[in-house]
Amino acid sequence: MSTNKAYLVLGLAISGILILLAVPTIISQYYVYLLATVFTTALLATSLNLVLGYGGLLHLHHGVFFGVGAYTVAIVMTKTSWPFAVAVVLAPLVAALIAFVIGWFCVRLRGLYFGMLTLALGQLVWAIVYRWNALTNGDNGIHAIPVPEFLTSVNSVYYTTLMVLIVSLVILYLITKSPFGLTLLATRDNPVRSESVGINVKRHRLTAFVIAGFFAGIAGVLFVLVERSVAPSLLFWNKSAEILIMCLMGGLTVFMGPALGAGILVLLSMIVGLYTEYWLLVLGLLLLILVLFLPQGILGYLMESYGKAYERK
Amino acid sequence: MHFATLASQFFIGLSRGMIFFIVSAGLTLIFGVLRITNFAHGSLYMLGAFMAFSVSTFFGQGPNGFWLALLVAPIAVMLISLVIERGLLRFIYNRDHLTQMLLTYSLVLITGDLVKIVWGTEFKSMNIPEILRGSLNLWGASLPLYNAFLLIIGPIVALGLWLFLSKTHLGKVCRATATDREMVDILGIDSTRVFAIVFALGGWLAGLGGALIAPTTTISMGMDANIIIYAFLIVVIGGLGNVWGALISSIIMGVGEAFGILFIPGIAIIIPYIIAGVLLIVRPSGLLKSVW
Repeated sequence: MSTNKAYLVLGLAISGILILLAVPTIISQYYVYLLATVFTTALLATSLNLVLGYGGLLHLHHGVFFGVGAYTVAIVMTKTSWPFAVAVVLAPLVAALIAFVIGWFCVRLRGLYFGMLTLALGQLVWAIVYRWNALTNGDNGIHAIPVPEFLTSVNSVYYTTLMVLIVSLVILYLITKSPFGLTLLATRDNPVRSESVGINVKRHRLTAFVIAGFFAGIAGVLFVLVERSVAPSLLFWNKSAEILIMCLMGGLTVFMGPALGAGILVLLSMIVGLYTEYWLLVLGLLLLILVLFLPQGILGYLMESYGKAYERK
Repeated sequence: MHFATLASQFFIGLSRGMIFFIVSAGLTLIFGVLRITNFAHGSLYMLGAFMAFSVSTFFGQGPNGFWLALLVAPIAVMLISLVIERGLLRFIYNRDHLTQMLLTYSLVLITGDLVKIVWGTEFKSMNIPEILRGSLNLWGASLPLYNAFLLIIGPIVALGLWLFLSKTHLGKVCRATATDREMVDILGIDSTRVFAIVFALGGWLAGLGGALIAPTTTISMGMDANIIIYAFLIVVIGGLGNVWGALISSIIMGVGEAFGILFIPGIAIIIPYIIAGVLLIVRPSGLLKSVW
């Protein structure tokens, strides 16, 4: 059965990718752009879940690393004459560096205190970006960021974000299945016991934090490709809360859950936005229903019922 | 830098610390007793400010309106809190932190848009009554009278909370529930009723904070997002659930922010986060003992 299941997942993944590859030829440019946003957000949410779902850490301010990645590209492209490739390589590295610094302090704390320190230090980064006019343009943000010629059309952005998303998801998936990923799960489920069998819990958590920051930085690069502008609101805490909602919506326990949640939320915000300006009210009500009735998330719920059906057989 | 300027900035910071304290005392009580991370606390504070504005405007922004607003707005917020606790929160007490947090965050989103629908998006302001205008001369330092008023209200609230928590039966039950809920249940006390009371009290404090800040600022959307982070940091720095810890860290934050504005006006905004970051790194479990 497990090989059957593997084939099923593989088949779903391949047909999904094939559909996504063909999609830009049949839908309008606006939807192509929207899907590129979905891919960017999906990568961001999946990277958070490495810490949140697999690490079991209450990481409340993941948007910071996303914002730092995006700002790195923006600053390199507008303030220096370095080539685009440098910006692309630098962005995830800077994001990972910031993640290392913040994580280094945070992993010494537990539970809610961990969460609050991520919030405090994340907001500190936001405040710096918000105020450092000379480097970041302050609250105006940076607009009309130049990108290479071949990345200016909507379709090329679409295929780039899709490719980066697929490669990143494969790498993240392999990480969760690696000895490191399994050890991380152990530190989530029983930190005391993990420590006593010789696992360095803090180091594993910090590593997960840095990896998540790195991939959030990659998502930041994609964001600049899609939007060509950055603003400090990217790093404000309510942006991070949105990513948490995506993870919860899709399901923390399933690898593809956060990506699904991201897709649903981005598309829904567009659809609801057509009818009303009160998108946040709708999101709030949706979140309320989700928390009360579907706390395991959509994909988590589906996996559970699939598991039950399988047991009955 | 004159001593007088320093002193007056100190008092202004202290009075801002009083607002922080009133808001975060409610948050920390909820933390301690209900063990819930209440993101909606900032929204209750915002509601307090908007309701104070409405009451005050209804009475022509006169002095009566101000005092009535101070009385009515916190009670209205308290009633709303009670509805939230009985209607929603009591179903999620045994869930994990993240779920609880996101439930209260859904209330942030809902309240934000409801406020927009009810009050509109234009900025609002509220008058300070005649007798609280002007400023006071403290050893050469000038202090706006309204800030002096806050410096009186803050300690009154602190004293009231102390009397409630240490002298009344209900207060003692609250503290006992914070320490060991199961034991309280075994003793035959209905702890969910205690939860409702504490959440209502917390809501009253948030509403009071909002009503008190209303005359000194533009009342606008986004008030909630700014205060809640400060309040969280204050509560965590002070030690989760510890009201006196919240008082100390409120004063540190208020005064620190005020001096930041005086010395490094351009980047004063980062001061509270630096204070919070440093204190959390140096004393990860808070300044005073957490009740958890």
